[in-house]
Amino acid sequence: MKLVKPEVAPEIEAATLREMYRSMLLARMVDERCWLLNRGGKAPFVISCQGQEGAQVGSVFALDRGQDWFAPYYRDLAVVLALGETPRDILLSVMGKAGEPNSGARQMPSHFGSRRLRIISQGSSVGTQALHAVGTALASRSRGEAAVSISYVGEGGTSQGDYHEAMNFASVHRLPVIFFVENNNYAISVPLNLQMAVQDVAVRAAGYNMPGVVVDGQDVPEVYRVTKEAADRARAGDGPSLIEAKVHRFTSHSSDDDQRVYRPEAEIKQEAQEDCLPRFRDHLFEEGALTQEQETALRTELRKQIDDATQAAEDAPYPAPEEALLHVYGQEPPSLDDLRGEPRVTWDVD
Amino acid sequence: MAGLGSHKTVETSAGQMTFIQAIQSAMRDEMERDESVIVMGEDVGVKGGVFGATAGLHKQFGGLRVIDTPLAESSIAGVAIGAAINGMRPVAEMQFADFIHPAFNQIVSEAAKMRYRTNNDFSVPMVIRAPFGGGVHGALYHSQSVEAFFAHVPGLKVVIPSTPYDAKGLLISAIRDPDPVLFFEHKKAYRLIKGEVPEGENYTVPIGRARVARQGNHMSVFAYGLMVHYCVQAAEEMAKEGHSVEVIDLRTVRPLDRQAIKSSVEKTGKALIVYEANRTLGVGAEVSALIAEECFEYLDGPVLRLGGPDVPAMPFSAPMENFFMPNPEKIYKAMRQLAAY
Repeated sequence: MKLVKPEVAPEIEAATLREMYRSMLLARMVDERCWLLNRGGKAPFVISCQGQEGAQVGSVFALDRGQDWFAPYYRDLAVVLALGETPRDILLSVMGKAGEPNSGARQMPSHFGSRRLRIISQGSSVGTQALHAVGTALASRSRGEAAVSISYVGEGGTSQGDYHEAMNFASVHRLPVIFFVENNNYAISVPLNLQMAVQDVAVRAAGYNMPGVVVDGQDVPEVYRVTKEAADRARAGDGPSLIEAKVHRFTSHSSDDDQRVYRPEAEIKQEAQEDCLPRFRDHLFEEGALTQEQETALRTELRKQIDDATQAAEDAPYPAPEEALLHVYGQEPPSLDDLRGEPRVTWDVD
Repeated sequence: MAGLGSHKTVETSAGQMTFIQAIQSAMRDEMERDESVIVMGEDVGVKGGVFGATAGLHKQFGGLRVIDTPLAESSIAGVAIGAAINGMRPVAEMQFADFIHPAFNQIVSEAAKMRYRTNNDFSVPMVIRAPFGGGVHGALYHSQSVEAFFAHVPGLKVVIPSTPYDAKGLLISAIRDPDPVLFFEHKKAYRLIKGEVPEGENYTVPIGRARVARQGNHMSVFAYGLMVHYCVQAAEEMAKEGHSVEVIDLRTVRPLDRQAIKSSVEKTGKALIVYEANRTLGVGAEVSALIAEECFEYLDGPVLRLGGPDVPAMPFSAPMENFFMPNPEKIYKAMRQLAAY
């Protein structure tokens, strides 16, 4: 399934390359901040993007952020930051504070969703979002729009029946969908060889009569190129594609996990040497798109932004408890008290 | 399922429709009125559905709006959710309620929670229609009543009409509703039940409101779907003996019309709930708990439930099927028992 990589990297303007690097770096730094807060007792739960930022940002920038639909999964911090979520949004989320835009602080962190940004809300049930991406694509095509829908998932999520149903439905109806798999080799602790009997998720595309490619997730311009190709094909009416980005997971599954229990130390060390972030930075240096001074200034700027966002989130109030009763339906019931769990007492107690 | 799948034209007099014609009529009217309404499911296209509920729609509206899907229920629900998120009003058909279970996760974890989990940012204006219920030799996997699974879930609405008039009016309301609605149609009612449906008139029946199917003063009987008709028949027998039985057609089992239930029990002082699903933890349990908690001082007797037996599902062989199904005789007997208290 290995693609022959073209000799020449895709044409990406220097300003865009800088914007891509900024998104990747911002995601890494926000993620690191979340872990600090977790270890400091201020964030109950953290789940990370670290190691996967290159695949995430490379794919987002190949799409049309003005019209396309995005169905991320919980590791896609760099996806949603590239789409317009802010460090403040993320920090409100990890602290469960009022004004958190993804869910009103109802969901765990990293359960992204924004109608304005066309980020399809996700729950915690893995793999379901692929069908939602197919449904949004069906609607776009019904109205004759050129929008593409992209569904992100880890390799573990591709074992779900929903994932296969989504690939089948999209291909039967030739819908403009990109199935983007971030294969980091582990579903919590379960390694690839216990997840599937194939080396590459991408070979499964053949069973649904769609193109399937493997791409090095550390190679950002190449991720951009293959995603752009899939998007062009989708917009031309030629149906869905599957892209498998081989990525690394630098952190444990989540803040409640310890990957040293189930991963060889040498593997973790080796993967750290292959970090997409310095690799892309060096690529920008070579291209003349970024200088060392600019990079240092960028880090300082982002650090300040994240510090401010952290402070704002710490200062923000929690939601009122009774907000838990809101928005079960579009039309609230005549009395929200009808939703309460307490006994319905209609007599004098005292 | 040849017996269930044949859909002959049913003769009706002017202004009359069968239950299934009312369902067809609601979908056709809404598709004509609103281009965002689409129909999707297994065999809903050229064939027009295994019961004929979507007959003629593919010809009239084409394959982009009347979509034959692969045989995979989770994808029917999941794709409908995505389409609803992106501005469509999908009416998804599960061929039989018995086969809705593979879609349970999409309906319960995704559709039902979408508005809540996005703090009102996203919504899923989607209808899932499914034929349910027994009495047609459908056996274990073509007879189930699955409403209780979904009636337990905040974020969903569960509608079960009993008359053609309500079927059309409630289905139109369901299609226009901003939230996911499960719409269960009793398959034995499809051609058995006929009734007045105003011709060419677009009307709605509100979701969440019960209907007095028969006025009475001595006891209240609550039912929905086909059982409403059986309860009215049993009530007529009771009337011959001087018992005045009120039959309330719940029409929506989530949200329940609490006020209608309380008003009736406050008047009669006795309550029986009749439903075809397994008796334990069914809709009858919730209605009976509501009455016990909020109408205690009005009660003149225990609250009774007549449901299907607590066996996995309805057997095929006719005597065993009849044993499972509540019918007017069994309901009459339960009414007599309650009257005797």
